[in-house]
Amino acid sequence: MEKFSTLTSTAIPLKISNVDTDQIIPARFLKATDKKGFGDNLFRDWRYDKQEKLIPDFALNNTKYSGSILVAGDNFGCGSSREHAAWALAGYGFKVIVSSFFADIFKGNALNNGLLPIQVSEEILEQLFAAINNNAEVQFKINLETQTLAVLGTQIETTFDIDPYKKTCLINGYDDIDYLLSKKDKIEAFELQKTHLI
Amino acid sequence: MKKTLFDKVWDAHVVDAIDNGPQILYIDKHLIHEVTSPQAFNELNDRNIPIFRPNQIVATADHNTPTENQHLPVPDDLSRHQLEQLAKNCTANNITLYELGHKYNGIVHVMAPELGVTQPGMTMVCGDSHTSTHGAFGTIAFGIGTSQVAQVFASQCLLLTKPKSLRVTVNGTLKKGVLPKDVILYIISKLGTNSGTGYFCEYAGNVFENMSMEGRMTVCNMSIEMGARGGMIAPDETTFEYIKGREFAPKGTDFEKKVAYWKTLPTDDGATFDKEYTFDAEDIEPMITYGTNPGMGIKISETIPNSESESDKKSLAYMNFTAGESLIGKPINYVFIGSCTNSRIEDFRVAANYIKGKQKADNVTAWLVPGSRQVETQIIEEGLKDIFEAAGFELRQPGCSACLAMNDDKIPQGEYCVSTSNRNFEGRQGQGSRTILASPLVAAATAVEGTIIDVSKQFV
Repeated sequence: MEKFSTLTSTAIPLKISNVDTDQIIPARFLKATDKKGFGDNLFRDWRYDKQEKLIPDFALNNTKYSGSILVAGDNFGCGSSREHAAWALAGYGFKVIVSSFFADIFKGNALNNGLLPIQVSEEILEQLFAAINNNAEVQFKINLETQTLAVLGTQIETTFDIDPYKKTCLINGYDDIDYLLSKKDKIEAFELQKTHLI
Repeated sequence: MKKTLFDKVWDAHVVDAIDNGPQILYIDKHLIHEVTSPQAFNELNDRNIPIFRPNQIVATADHNTPTENQHLPVPDDLSRHQLEQLAKNCTANNITLYELGHKYNGIVHVMAPELGVTQPGMTMVCGDSHTSTHGAFGTIAFGIGTSQVAQVFASQCLLLTKPKSLRVTVNGTLKKGVLPKDVILYIISKLGTNSGTGYFCEYAGNVFENMSMEGRMTVCNMSIEMGARGGMIAPDETTFEYIKGREFAPKGTDFEKKVAYWKTLPTDDGATFDKEYTFDAEDIEPMITYGTNPGMGIKISETIPNSESESDKKSLAYMNFTAGESLIGKPINYVFIGSCTNSRIEDFRVAANYIKGKQKADNVTAWLVPGSRQVETQIIEEGLKDIFEAAGFELRQPGCSACLAMNDDKIPQGEYCVSTSNRNFEGRQGQGSRTILASPLVAAATAVEGTIIDVSKQFV
């Protein structure tokens, strides 16, 4: 897994609530057996019309906006467990998603792919949208070590929560498999004492 | 200390814990399918890690399978390749696979309970968010991402933070024509799509106690639609009776021992939950959705509410509905009865009972898709297929089908579909399709009328 420590970038606003994983990557693109290429179809039906033409006013197509941070509405990533959604966002080039709320499975999937989900208050989220609206070139500065997000040249600065174990994983590029394999003895011992249950 | 059903099952599966971090949770059963497993197999292969407990994994092909001509090679190249990949991976790793055409093949959340794989007190996972279905048995069951599929392959465990607890209690008598699907759509319409995020939900009260296992599965299935990773219902005689005698159920004295253990699982009197909601059964009516998330539901007799939210407005624009309007009388050209929510025998009995002696409306294309080969066989044996065909309905072969439209069962652009599935997201049933979620009864009635009708009026 790729390491993550700090990031300074402009951000793309997606001011829509309940963005579900079917919008992030529609089911018809889930036929691949590897993790490559999903970025091309990120938000496919919001980026392209039926004639495969770009929809110019969708945020990702708007030339005004760029960057590796997506600022999205409440309850981002609800719906299906498809990790393809995290692969599509990462494949497109996003490294951070900011929202006031993340669906559970999506959040875990993002963290397992080096994609940092940052949860902020609804008030801060509104301020972030306003800051981008005011100046699309505004730079966001994220520091995972200090768990801070700031918008440069503005008063906006906030801290965010992250599970300390997951933070260590992201900073070092570790994944859960390495950790679980190191506990094999304990797992085998557990299996022996719980055989009456299964 | 008083414990909840969830606490009892969770605590019995904790192998170890990281200080200030997640716990290592042991997973009893791991279900896999063709769409979310290939990258996990690749991961282990690339890192030269063996599958730790292949005999605790059960595989089926369901998401990306055709629902006709299953005896022929799958025509779509990418789909066929994905199915072949699953077969190769299972063979190479000694994993039991019920592939297309096998008598036990079916939607993962229909076939596993049907075979007795799902049992109370277990922990179960699958790379599919509707794994919450299995909670109907008093099982901790939840959907996981593909990285986690790889973790379970490697260690039969997951690193997880224990979720908070939520209880939804519904007491009283359900009105005629109100089905388990209406109960869960009602709950989600009241609580919203993220009220359960971070929680595991227990459903309690006499409404769930009186439900069949099929009904309980429908309810638990949609827990994820309010954000809860899983839903559970305390195991009882209905549960034990359902499991008894099934293929992988414990037999003889083993079964008796298990039942004695299962009886210890229900939530202790006085145990507390982090959050509780209570509803009256009498307030629930047949439900339909009008928007693009499952929380946007109304009683079929109600009108679409006003909302100032930009997202709700976008949703109504997508559906081509307006606030204040009723959906009664809306012409509907597509009806789908199927999916892991409503494709069990009871669902088809409800539909057949309504349809018997009536005819499908000419404008309607209706797909009836059983959840498994066993359900399909039962439909034929009970004579339901004859009823459906006489009424002009098409019974297709089992699979996830038009619930997510990965195969060719797609609803055309702009068309409405009254569907017994679980998600009404934009384009869920095909690009530009518009989904209206409902019970099998409302779906069957819509197919007969060709428009949405108020089924509750037929039971007065």
